Amino acid sequence: MSEAQVLQIQDSSIGVQDYQKEDFASDQTPRWCPGCGDYSILAQLQRVMPQICADTNTPKENMVFISGIGCSSRFPYYMNTYGFHSIHGRAPTLALGLQVSRPELMTWVITGDGDSLSIGGNHLMHCLRRNLNVKILLFNNRIYGLTKGQYSPTSELGKRTKSSPLGSVARPLNPISIALASQATFVARAIDRDPKLLQEVLLQAAQHKGSAIVEIYQNCNIFNDGAFADFAEKKVRAEQTVKLQHGQPLVFGKQKDKAVVFDKNLQPQVVNLADIDETDILKHDAHSHNPALSYALSQLDYPEFPVPVGVFRAVEAPTYEQRVHQQVVDAKAQQPNADLQQLLEAGDTWTVSE
Amino acid sequence: MSQAPTPLSQVIIRFAGDSGDGIQATGAMFSHDSAVLGHDISTLPDFPAEIRAPAGTIAGLSSFQLNFSSRRVHTPGDAPDVLVAMNPAAVKAHLKDLVPGGTVILNEDAFTEQNLKLAGLEQDPREDGTLDAYRVHKAPVTTMTAEALKELALTPQQALLCKNMYTLGLVCWLFDRDTAFVEELINARFGKKAPVLLQANTLALHAGYNFAETTEMFDSRYRVEKAELPPGRYRRISGNTATALGLVAAAQTSQRQLMYCTYPITPASDILHELAKLRHMGVIAGQTEDEIAAMGAAVGAAYGGSLAVTGTSGPGVALKSEAIGLAVMTELPVVIINVQRGGPSTGLPTKTEQADLLQAMYGRNGECPLVVVAPESPGDCFTMAMEACRLAMKYMTPVFFLSDGYIANGSEPWQVPDVKQLPYIVKANHTDVDNFQAYQRDPETLARPWAVPGTPGLEHRIGGLEKENGSGNVNQEPQNHELMVHLREQKIAGIADDISELEVHGKPKGRLLVLGWGGTAGAIRAAVEEAWAKGLDVSCAHLRYINPFPKNLGEVLSNFDQVLIPEINQGQLRLLVRAKYLVDAVGLNKVQGQPFNTAEISAKIQQCLSENLPQTAA
Repeated sequence: MSEAQVLQIQDSSIGVQDYQKEDFASDQTPRWCPGCGDYSILAQLQRVMPQICADTNTPKENMVFISGIGCSSRFPYYMNTYGFHSIHGRAPTLALGLQVSRPELMTWVITGDGDSLSIGGNHLMHCLRRNLNVKILLFNNRIYGLTKGQYSPTSELGKRTKSSPLGSVARPLNPISIALASQATFVARAIDRDPKLLQEVLLQAAQHKGSAIVEIYQNCNIFNDGAFADFAEKKVRAEQTVKLQHGQPLVFGKQKDKAVVFDKNLQPQVVNLADIDETDILKHDAHSHNPALSYALSQLDYPEFPVPVGVFRAVEAPTYEQRVHQQVVDAKAQQPNADLQQLLEAGDTWTVSE
Repeated sequence: MSQAPTPLSQVIIRFAGDSGDGIQATGAMFSHDSAVLGHDISTLPDFPAEIRAPAGTIAGLSSFQLNFSSRRVHTPGDAPDVLVAMNPAAVKAHLKDLVPGGTVILNEDAFTEQNLKLAGLEQDPREDGTLDAYRVHKAPVTTMTAEALKELALTPQQALLCKNMYTLGLVCWLFDRDTAFVEELINARFGKKAPVLLQANTLALHAGYNFAETTEMFDSRYRVEKAELPPGRYRRISGNTATALGLVAAAQTSQRQLMYCTYPITPASDILHELAKLRHMGVIAGQTEDEIAAMGAAVGAAYGGSLAVTGTSGPGVALKSEAIGLAVMTELPVVIINVQRGGPSTGLPTKTEQADLLQAMYGRNGECPLVVVAPESPGDCFTMAMEACRLAMKYMTPVFFLSDGYIANGSEPWQVPDVKQLPYIVKANHTDVDNFQAYQRDPETLARPWAVPGTPGLEHRIGGLEKENGSGNVNQEPQNHELMVHLREQKIAGIADDISELEVHGKPKGRLLVLGWGGTAGAIRAAVEEAWAKGLDVSCAHLRYINPFPKNLGEVLSNFDQVLIPEINQGQLRLLVRAKYLVDAVGLNKVQGQPFNTAEISAKIQQCLSENLPQTAA
């Protein structure tokens, strides 16, 4: 920021410790279909925003929500912050320009499975490998909702939709696996109908320095109702999902009686705790710089395995903005007192006298 | 031996050889030398798209033409007076352009059977009469270079790379110059990093010079005197460098961070390379993953309050169109540089063209107006880059800056401005909380406020959906949409009151006006001046603002019986002028990946004047 810009910003009238969730609700009534999972995500995010602002010392005016195109991408209109509803798949590109030029902002990218993995796949990959300091919320409903029901890159093989009446013939992408392969430094999964988990994950994502991507299983009750019901519904969740927490054993089940282990060929298995030795219980390591375990966990899916939720990976690494600005600092130290007149005259010059 | 050199007022020299022979470096050094000696210069580099096309072939040729003169020059010249041909392919491809009786300087060592074959020649042009009509000078460049450098610790290949310096030595002697300044250039390039190369190139340079002096290979020498340029500090500058410097100057004078977001593409990449060196001046020039990301990043940066610029060529503009539309709808300032090249599609990456005008005007869905400006010469790229930035920020709009390969890579002397005299444009961000709506408009400019994230109390949402005027809320109502379409159009049209009027060179009224835009300025000017020398009734004018047009354009056009529009396209400006002013303008259209020859425009001027008798013969 130039000095002129800095001087023009007035002091915030509310301290970062004093926000309420209502401060984050805009005057626009959400227009998602009744029963859409997006309402829950909006509610949980608004609920944790005050704590995010307090914990990270971020005033509300420094929050920016950038979205692409899709039902997910209507999100910014309902948040009383700076928001930009941009073009399909390209939110990470706007975030790149914004964050590099204004690294003090907290930028959220709101996207969907089509927006981020179909048209936007390239930008997502590059955003993550740069470790741009953005929080990416990927609302995965395994369908194209806004355009009324075509299959998406995360729809299961054989999915019958308006554009695939005979069933989709491409295998789906796994967003968590893609994120890990792109070297994302924070990768997590949450579910729209598990508010407690969602809040926890959102808080951690907000506190992470670098790219934080959260896949949120979101139910589209109009075009793909029940896509996650087999494991996401409250009554089956304990048996069909495993909560990932750094340092905690990969134990699940209503009675906490089952575990996920990997054999010596790195093949996963579900075992009864009673049948194994305590020392064989695998503890989750989210902080390892080697993403192999996180990747292996990302491959677990219903029905053979419990679906992992929570934080797959959380590692520290310099952010893109830090690296860029460090180069500016270093370059200025090497060549101080740079002057525009000098620069203009730096080429092949000569003087014509009177 | 020491005859006085023959005075000449102008020389056009073309160096041609393999693209691995250092032709561009030779040409650039000789041009620089000429400029420092006080000549007016104009250059035309011409190189193939491939990095290293097969040596010895026509496809592998690279050439560099320089016009240096004691008078003002406007173009690199139609036809060279001197051709320096490093191999048979160079003779085959370039001899036809040489003036009758012109001079050919050959590297005779390159005329081997193999090279003749690679060039597709059945016979040796030195023997079969091809060169009879020219003055031919031969030099054993390859063997002499190897000989001169034999004591140095270089591989044979490295030694032979210095052939171009040997040739430069010959040429320096021919034009009665000492080698001192070229030695300085060699030292600047190699002195620190590679002392052995410094030595090698210097030895080769001297060897060539001495060979010319000692062997009487040339029967005379020539001398061109200094030109009369207005006093001041000058530098030789190419269009791409001038563009980069103009952006840096605009950032400083507007006190904003320059964010240059781009993807490499010929012929625009050099702008990135120039700006990437300027981290120490706080310039952030970044390479994104693709063209679309470059425009998206520019939009994001503009949203955050930076001076956001992206640079590309035709294919990149095609990719960016949706994101440009977003910038128009969100009314954000972004400068989009298109260094035009031959199209369509991948086209001719290293050849010049100006066929992207209609793309700039209309290449987006919907009614999507924006500003279009076009520099007319390498030095003008500086001025128009600053102008593009000024208009973008003042009117909160994307601005297209249409350069082309010819002026981007060509160079000319440029008078360095005094930074203290540059106009300072400080446009403030909006901070007034009590008086804010995202799409309220300044009554004079129709621009909306620049309210950037981080400003307390101004939280709002923008995006690509149609907006309600004033509030900026998403709005699909029929009347509002039409109003917004009109307002976006009026905002751009109103800029005509804020730009300079069109200047006419020559009489303000007459039989014929030659109207151009972009890189054709030099050739048009030269042709019209030639016509004046013949007493012909013709004037010229050159548009640097194309959308909106200068407000006096209609009046200017009406003052002439005929309007001729030479363009390196099929008539794109002509289409715009005809549509807006209902003037029956005539075109001269050449689409060969080459700039106009002065002669081509002169011929057309004569044709227009002879075919069209004056309306009132009474």
